[in-house]
Amino acid sequence: MKLRTWFLLPAWLSLVLLFAVPFAIVLAYSFLTRGVYGGIELPWTAESYRRLFDPLYLAILWRSFAMALAATALCLLLAFPAALFISRAARHKNLYLQLVMLPFWTSFLVRTYAWIFLLRDTGLFNTALQALGITHGPLPLLYNDGAVLLGLVYGYLPFMVLPIYATLERLDPALVEAAADLGARPLATVWRIVVPLSRPGIVAGSVLVFIPCLGAYLTPDLLGGGRTVMVGNLVQNQFTTARDWPFGAAVSIALMALVALVLVVFLRRQSEPLA
Amino acid sequence: MKRWLGLYAVAFFAFLHLPLLTLTVFSFNSSRFTKWEHFSLVWYRAIFRDPQILQGTWNSVIIALWATVLSTVIGTLCAYGLWKRNSRTLTGALYLSLVTPEIVSGIALLALFQWAFRWLHWQLGLYTVVLAHIAFCIAYVVIVVSARLRTLSPALEEAAMDLGANPWQAFWYVTLPALAPGILAAALLALTVSFDDYVITSMVAGVDSETLPMVIYAMARRGASPVINAISAIVTLVFGVLILISERVRER
Amino acid sequence: MAELRSSASAHAAQVLRYYFYYSMAPILELRKLVKHFPGQQAVREISLVIPRGSFFSLLGPSGCGKTTTLRLIAGFEQPTSGDVLLNGEIVNQRQPYERNVSTVFQNYALFPHLTARANVEFGLKRHRATDIGRRVREVLELVGLTGKETRRPAQLSGGERQRVALARSLVLQPDVLLLDEPLAALDPKLRKQMRVELKALQRRAGVTFLLVTHDQEEALSMSDHLAVMNEGRIEQVGSPEDVYLRPRSRFVAGFLGAVNWISGAGIRPEAVRLLPAGEVTSGDATSGDATPDRRAPGVVTGSVFLGDCVQVLVRLHSGEDTVAQLPRRAALFQPGDPVQLTWSAADEMTFP
Repeated sequence: MKLRTWFLLPAWLSLVLLFAVPFAIVLAYSFLTRGVYGGIELPWTAESYRRLFDPLYLAILWRSFAMALAATALCLLLAFPAALFISRAARHKNLYLQLVMLPFWTSFLVRTYAWIFLLRDTGLFNTALQALGITHGPLPLLYNDGAVLLGLVYGYLPFMVLPIYATLERLDPALVEAAADLGARPLATVWRIVVPLSRPGIVAGSVLVFIPCLGAYLTPDLLGGGRTVMVGNLVQNQFTTARDWPFGAAVSIALMALVALVLVVFLRRQSEPLA
Repeated sequence: MKRWLGLYAVAFFAFLHLPLLTLTVFSFNSSRFTKWEHFSLVWYRAIFRDPQILQGTWNSVIIALWATVLSTVIGTLCAYGLWKRNSRTLTGALYLSLVTPEIVSGIALLALFQWAFRWLHWQLGLYTVVLAHIAFCIAYVVIVVSARLRTLSPALEEAAMDLGANPWQAFWYVTLPALAPGILAAALLALTVSFDDYVITSMVAGVDSETLPMVIYAMARRGASPVINAISAIVTLVFGVLILISERVRER
Repeated sequence: MAELRSSASAHAAQVLRYYFYYSMAPILELRKLVKHFPGQQAVREISLVIPRGSFFSLLGPSGCGKTTTLRLIAGFEQPTSGDVLLNGEIVNQRQPYERNVSTVFQNYALFPHLTARANVEFGLKRHRATDIGRRVREVLELVGLTGKETRRPAQLSGGERQRVALARSLVLQPDVLLLDEPLAALDPKLRKQMRVELKALQRRAGVTFLLVTHDQEEALSMSDHLAVMNEGRIEQVGSPEDVYLRPRSRFVAGFLGAVNWISGAGIRPEAVRLLPAGEVTSGDATSGDATPDRRAPGVVTGSVFLGDCVQVLVRLHSGEDTVAQLPRRAALFQPGDPVQLTWSAADEMTFP
């Protein structure tokens, strides 16, 4: 049926024009040289990629990786019991799910800003702590790695809850009952039976959290106050302030390569589609 | 076990919702500090007196409407085409567009526009933002509409053709009406995603095309201001309502 | 004057020839039809002629290729080789919307967002028909749905939905109406009632019906002719009596009903009578069949009371397990009773 070819054409055009071509340009730029006034010039060179291996930049890459890993681990720890709760709830399951997703669907910017409001020197936490007499001066809760981590976890927590919930829902309740029947206490059952069987959900959720965290820009920018530099900030910086497009392009390619690597490694194990 | 889980759930939902709730509560605080003075709408009134905020909102609305309409049309057609016969390349490309870090998409589009402007002598403006938004909204639309398509029986289109409709008529008269709730839900989703975008928008917006997220960002960078609380409360309310409508429509 | 008469007669001859040909070409013919899917030979060469105005059934177990055949006729699949002919014309390459056949789908495929009336009008609108109102009204009367046309499918019962599906297809006056297991979605009581109604509807409408089913009772009770299919081929074509009483293969015999296999011959359970061991003549005055001239001794192993008849299970001395279906008032037999199975040679079904 030729009709379906026509139907796919606009999407193809859009993706080629707005994704494929731009990425090709970025790839090309990564092999070019920075112009005197910040533009792009010949000659072709791999200099930008060599600079990536400078310890300063490697540290940034490593730190982004570690931050994303930490955020994922925390999300997993926090999300699993919540998903368990919802899957075992007798009624209102959909309500709980909507409650989980609702914050996500409101503005990401607003949710990140909320932590600025709460954590800053004159923010809610500090004011409350001082009012209660627990501290006498403001605690530096904001503009550090911890705040960024908190922001990342808060931002992507729902992404971890849903896939785990989906897998738990498909779990045969008879398995849990069988475990109990054989003498396992509730915690042991969860640890030995439920967790291993929900591996697909855990993997899916981890991928869904890890990848955006790896490429995070807004959260470290707002909550890290310039002290926490992740790969995303580095890229943005090179394309604006530093005006070093080739290097920024090389960092972007490196980031995409990391993302692609994570996807390939983990999606081989996964059999369920993302949506 | 159940009791602990229940307690945990309460704490969990509190963690998720309290930050936004406190933001909203303090938006009604007359003082700009976090000590509660008394109830006041002063910050809300300040919003309407700030031309930058109003212009930013207007720009965001225009961009979101254009991006939503175009990406919904493109995405719906795409989802339908994929439903008829899957293209792994296209599906892969769509997922890739979702997974790409926003900053990377942003600079890539900026690079595209700068390169194109060498020949075209155009400038960055609202339209570049619209194009950028269409790029990432398509995937969301395809996902939502595809989910709805999966609930339809292929026998419906066969029946239509059996009765004399050609493939286009079968789509137009039978599949599209059945798809309508899904398309609406997808459009609402695209609307919120587009309206909220900061990272990509900031890279490709022109000098006069500041959007509301950009305004909020600039204010947040300078330090917290209760005006942001008020804006946040309004934005949260609007988004929340839109998403709830979208969920209701999806269930129909 | 002579010229006028000769041209008039030439014209008349032409018209007569047209009608002669039209009424002579079968409404539907399948010629050496083959359909292969990757990894599966669904239809392995079928040739069939469907008489105009008949109620024709394609009967067979699931996977025998009957649904594929239906889809080939409707135009949803293209044949690997062979031809589909409608009114004498080869229609292989025509799209479903270009063929004058209409399908009633197994789950009816009613358009959920349209009312019953709008569903029925759908085909007419696509064909840009005139006089839609009258035609819809007439067909709704024909199927018995007047008064329910403003309801949506979700508000109709299973039987009503089926009528909408029938009306939707019949209003287009198709050459053949294809029905894909139309009674499968109904509950058993409704099924029996619908069999009668479908048959009556076919008579009233005068349209050729081609029904596909795996239920032999359905096919037997409704059809003027039926074709039994197995593994992509047609095993036998004939009237219900032909196929049931004179099956041409073991498969057909076994599929159309229960069979007792005794020394290579098949006898239907209802053609068998039981005598207590030792008795010579049949005391069953109600049989009215030909004198049972064959016997086989055996022992009763059980009996099942089915309400309108009794099935007695007998194990013959020669080893075969058989079933005798006896009228309700037949003599009672207990497990362990020695009996003789009797039947008439005329009722035997033998196969090469």
